[in-house]
Amino acid sequence: MEELLSTFVRSIFVENMIFAYYLGMCSFLAVSKNVKTALGLGMAVTFILVCTLPINYMLENYVLKEGALSWLGAPFAEVNLSFLSLLIFIAIIASFTQLVEMVVEKYAPALYASLGIFLPLIAVNCAILGGSLFMQQKALANVGVATVYGLGSGIGWLLAIVGMAAIREKLAYSDIPKSLKGLGITFIITGLMGIGFMCFSGLKI
Amino acid sequence: MGLLSSKNKEILVGPLSKNNPVIVQMLGICSALAVTSKLEPSIVMGLSVTAVVAFANVIISLLRHTIPNRIRIIVQLVVCAALVTIISEVLKAFAYDVNKQLSVFVGLIITNCILMGRLEAFALGNGPWESFLDGIGNGLGYGIILVIVGFFRELLGSGTLLGIQVVPQVFYDFGYVNNGLMILPPMALIVVAVIIWVHRSRNKDLQEN
Repeated sequence: MEELLSTFVRSIFVENMIFAYYLGMCSFLAVSKNVKTALGLGMAVTFILVCTLPINYMLENYVLKEGALSWLGAPFAEVNLSFLSLLIFIAIIASFTQLVEMVVEKYAPALYASLGIFLPLIAVNCAILGGSLFMQQKALANVGVATVYGLGSGIGWLLAIVGMAAIREKLAYSDIPKSLKGLGITFIITGLMGIGFMCFSGLKI
Repeated sequence: MGLLSSKNKEILVGPLSKNNPVIVQMLGICSALAVTSKLEPSIVMGLSVTAVVAFANVIISLLRHTIPNRIRIIVQLVVCAALVTIISEVLKAFAYDVNKQLSVFVGLIITNCILMGRLEAFALGNGPWESFLDGIGNGLGYGIILVIVGFFRELLGSGTLLGIQVVPQVFYDFGYVNNGLMILPPMALIVVAVIIWVHRSRNKDLQEN
């Protein structure tokens, strides 16, 4: 229980996908122009992370890792398929995004309309693949921890993009040097927010 | 048409400044920021991305008439994933230390938007040779930004370049101190912002309103 809670808090604040690893920056910069769409995209990303991380965790530990196939019998005990992990992970993520898109379109057309083109774009959002790769690198303890890690990273991403969108809405009224407008000032603000988030780095539970 | 006609030269040189993937097209920002705290990983990352973009462009361009339109994203992802797996195994074999520093970001080249962006925007509609040049140009444009950011962050943050001490000891004796903030992640964003600022004040037509 304690491990779950600490993974959750760490993945939101200390190891925030955007401010600590810059994952998902492209959509972060492109979609943070108003709070409503930012919230929609953030929720979609969180959802996909929560769904794909446990699946990839199972695949990693029961199929891909060195010795992971030993449940099939002795001859498979030394098979190491880890070089395939990139391909498998991205295939799972892409097909899952496609699946979610079709389910949402069929059963919740209102939500589908409000998310619009963001759903298919999630497949190439680096935060999702990054989540799976960090899961592999950190060798998380079990499926529960992996799921909570996915949830925490997603919420951290959501917090960051909604905060950024709120600031950018106010930015319309400020006087910025001409050549810094738009992309430039957004980078600087993200940097400052990142410095702010660094104060969480000593956080321990 | 020659191998390097003026149109092809434009394809190759355009992405270096006027049409730079990172600071103008806003593609591939994630990895541009994360790996640049030192100069060496920046150079390796730039070269890896150049190789992957160039070859992925050629492959997709050769296959462009045979790929059904509806599943093209999956096909592109598989081609990229295969190339990235090759690059990552090569790095593991010949540059193990750098590979450790780059950690997950080698794998993340797959989801680097430069890749998908160029495949979608260019390779699907052009021949293999043009696509190859476009890939090289965009990879180098991306690499240039990485090298500039890596150069300043390593110089100001640790006083070294490629691991060699360049700030003389005399400076430290007079009380010069390395700026530790430059090593930390947020400064990458601010260095890129400064590059954008300089670039846009020289190219007025890129300014936003």
